[in-house]
Amino acid sequence: MINKLWGFFIIVGIVFSLIMGNISSLNDTILTSATSGVNMVLDLLPIIVLWCGIMQIAEKSGLLDKIGKVMRPLLSKLFPSLKKDSKALGYITSNIAANMMGLGSAATPFGLKAMEEMQKENKNKEEASDAMITFLVLNTSGVTIIPTTVIALRLMYHSQNPEEIILSAILATICASIAGLTLDYFRRRKRK
Amino acid sequence: MNSISKLMIPLFVLFVIFYGYKKKIKIYDEFLEGAKNGLITVFHIFPSILAMVFAIHIFLNSGILDAFFKLLLPFFNRLNLPIEILPMAFVRPISGTASLAIMNDIFKNFGPDSFVGRLASTLQGCTDTTIYVLALYFGSIKINKTRYALSTGLFADLIGILASFLFVHLLF
Repeated sequence: MINKLWGFFIIVGIVFSLIMGNISSLNDTILTSATSGVNMVLDLLPIIVLWCGIMQIAEKSGLLDKIGKVMRPLLSKLFPSLKKDSKALGYITSNIAANMMGLGSAATPFGLKAMEEMQKENKNKEEASDAMITFLVLNTSGVTIIPTTVIALRLMYHSQNPEEIILSAILATICASIAGLTLDYFRRRKRK
Repeated sequence: MNSISKLMIPLFVLFVIFYGYKKKIKIYDEFLEGAKNGLITVFHIFPSILAMVFAIHIFLNSGILDAFFKLLLPFFNRLNLPIEILPMAFVRPISGTASLAIMNDIFKNFGPDSFVGRLASTLQGCTDTTIYVLALYFGSIKINKTRYALSTGLFADLIGILASFLFVHLLF
């Protein structure tokens, strides 16, 4: 599906630009988008390298297993296909915790490590496993409790009460997560 | 609440290092080993990020969404819904920076404490950039058959958008 979506974006984008006669801006976009992509990776690079280093210490010292153990009763219900002592559980917990605190950039390395661990247990290395999809659905519906960027921006525009949107954001997040996980649950069961 | 969030990272780092120290791990060597693996991970995600940014930029810069929203304007006016939020709701799953830019515009034009401003804030806070996250995470482990991941993620986003409308209406 990502294949189709990717093609759709490019074909529709180029055809529409040609119809509207935005040829020079289309040229610019094609030539500069690679630079934006590189910048995005460069932004991620130091964070990922640093946190992978820190998390290696957490993994080798057994701390990660401990974190995973605390959340195991809940996570084993959400991820029934993962092994009981899977290292992925520790990373999933860290990822969700970082997301909840609104530390999106710190959450990414944990998420990448979680995917790596889940891939080790995956039978078909080219196809997404059940656990990966559940994890991504949980991730994309964004389990944020403190949306730090939004609050900072609201403050910048002199909001009377920058934090007032926390409650509505949490409630909306919960709805999105429950809806996503429910659909994921039924689709997973339909396969078997 | 913001200060708690700011304290989390230093405390976490302190705790991990301290715990490793206590367990007599070669913390410096392990850090280097992990950092090296992190570098390899970045190497793996690089093409997927580049590919997605390329496609998304062409799509967003073509102006097709603006044309589409103009078409929907009369319909939205009749229902008394703020059309300004529509581009943001559409762009939110595709690009985090683009939706942040739209939210910035909404704050500038309507203020953060207006209905649209609160709605935009809730929307930005309640969902994540689904397509980017999928490309990044699946790209990192070279998975190309993503099964029902994308449609389920987008469904969750849709529910998040509808729920944002509902709760901003109810709470304010």
